[in-house]
Amino acid sequence: MGNFFLGAAAIIVATTAIGLFRVLSGPTKPDRLMASQLLGSGGVAALLLAETRGTRGAVDVALVLALLAAFSGIAFVKAAIIARRGDDAAKGFADDAN
Amino acid sequence: MTLIDVFSVLCISGGVFFFLAGAVALLRFPDTLTRLHALTKADNLGLGLVVLGLAPQAESFLAALKLCLVWIVAQLAGTTLSQLIGRIAKDKASEL
Repeated sequence: MGNFFLGAAAIIVATTAIGLFRVLSGPTKPDRLMASQLLGSGGVAALLLAETRGTRGAVDVALVLALLAAFSGIAFVKAAIIARRGDDAAKGFADDAN
Repeated sequence: MTLIDVFSVLCISGGVFFFLAGAVALLRFPDTLTRLHALTKADNLGLGLVVLGLAPQAESFLAALKLCLVWIVAQLAGTTLSQLIGRIAKDKASEL
């Protein structure tokens, strides 16, 4: 059973690594973020499977990884909203100047 | 192999399949919103099935409960984030 869990973890990590090609190809920023989110949840699954092999505390690491993936996504969305607000403000300023 | 082991193998194989499908769809689907749809399947079902397969193998009830709680955290974060990412992607699409 232990080897099966380890093999499953290896396949999950490999597939999420393949998914990371989306980070390179884009084309938009949300696409890149989605690939890293997939790596986050794949990493959580692999860590949970690793716990069965006697790696103590892997579940806690998985919990931290899940939280960090969530925070990175929220930071991305906040940054996108602030950037758009900045664009609007700049546009408004340009309109005023004209 | 006991019946519980068979259950675990089936569930974890299903989870691995959904992660594989999610990664392939992330590479193959044509636009951002369809890729987001594929990603949420990998997040929810992939991780959910892996946890469902691991829970009967846990040492104690509390350990199994902790696995489920990790899944619930990932679930809540994933759902909220996919809504937020979808909103950003939709606005970007309407600007083009």
